Amino acid sequence: MVVDHRQHHLETVRAFLSVLVSPLHYIADLPLSATNWLTNTFASHNRLLNENRELRKENILLQAQQQKLAALEAENMRLRDLLESSFKIGDRVLVSELIAVDLDPFKQQVLINKGSSSGIYQGQPVLDANAVMGQVIHVNRFTSTVLLLTDSSHALPVQVNRNGLRTVAMGTGKIGELELPHLPNNADIQVGDLLVTSGLGGRFPPGYPVAEITSVKTEPGQHFAHVTARPTAHLDRTREALLVWTLTPFEEYQSDLAEGEPPTEESAEEATPPEADAVSSAEDVQ
Amino acid sequence: MTLAPSRGSLVIFITFVVALLLTVIPLPDWAQMFRPQWYTLVLIYWTLALPERIGVGTGWLLGIALDVLTGTLLGQHALSLALIAFVTYQMHQRIRLFPLWQQSLTVLVLLLIERMISMWVMGVASQPPASLLYWAAPLVGMFLWPWVYIILRDLRRKFQVS
Repeated sequence: MVVDHRQHHLETVRAFLSVLVSPLHYIADLPLSATNWLTNTFASHNRLLNENRELRKENILLQAQQQKLAALEAENMRLRDLLESSFKIGDRVLVSELIAVDLDPFKQQVLINKGSSSGIYQGQPVLDANAVMGQVIHVNRFTSTVLLLTDSSHALPVQVNRNGLRTVAMGTGKIGELELPHLPNNADIQVGDLLVTSGLGGRFPPGYPVAEITSVKTEPGQHFAHVTARPTAHLDRTREALLVWTLTPFEEYQSDLAEGEPPTEESAEEATPPEADAVSSAEDVQ
Repeated sequence: MTLAPSRGSLVIFITFVVALLLTVIPLPDWAQMFRPQWYTLVLIYWTLALPERIGVGTGWLLGIALDVLTGTLLGQHALSLALIAFVTYQMHQRIRLFPLWQQSLTVLVLLLIERMISMWVMGVASQPPASLLYWAAPLVGMFLWPWVYIILRDLRRKFQVS
């Protein structure tokens, strides 16, 4: 146990054993996925039409925003070129689904249905549609375990979107609450401020939304303010998770080349993730 | 002295698998803390019934499977279940003679020991202390014991596991 906790030599043993027990996960997931399948199959025509209309509307809206984003991105790159500083924007994502099983109730973790066969690596950032969810801690062949950012052993370097104030968001073990320790009483932080990843830990790409400040309490006798935040990701409701690979400029160039050909799902999944060295040197998890 | 051939390994295996399944099957949030320790109940039963076959080794293997299944520290459940199997083995001749309600009380103590060891391990691994509801699961397990006992006994007789 000490070996598992302090060092991580037992990862391979765990990964091997996980393959043996993973059928149990799938069987436990069956009732829910069967219900989902049934509702999808026997969904009424009207409901599907409605849903389709809504999605189309949303798609147009998002595309409109995307147009603006493309122009802004190009402008940003030009300005950065002027300053001669390199900047990484390209990220590759893979959608995976959560497997509905209850893991240890005293840890905040979820199981997803993609594993090392899809190129998932340990420490990989995981997002949902709204914000950062957490990071991968155990990778098995076909499944992997994601530690949510509200787990008490998780810490994430963030900055306040409004003024760039850097700090660290620690999990509390309660779903829906993060803590920001070591902020001085006079720090410029307000209720409602958005926290985004700062990218300083080296694991998470910078600029993804994380949480919203819910309370700031300052007590004159204490050295630090008591600041809590609520994650913007729907940690307890979401069913899909996005896995992110940050592309180095060279890989970006390669993926641009690959996009010339018709993209297939296999080729997207089998592309090599960036080297793990750069990631493992980072200290996101304490 | 002749050794009777051991039979019904498959039945034992399946009961353990079902217990593990019941451990990970999704429950609503409020019910999660009341989820009984199915694996411990099944392990105690088989150790009582077949102490010469099921014991510390089985407990340890079951614990490792459980650790991998639920993503806890590798060895956390293995330690507690091996210990439970050992204690049950030591007392199996006494427990077998108890009436069912008295057995339930003994099982409650065993379940509490298992829970406590898990809590110690979590404490050493610096996880936050659990709430008082943490102790609800052994109580649920105690009330379930007579049923688990009867069901598994009938299974054992039907398939003549020995």
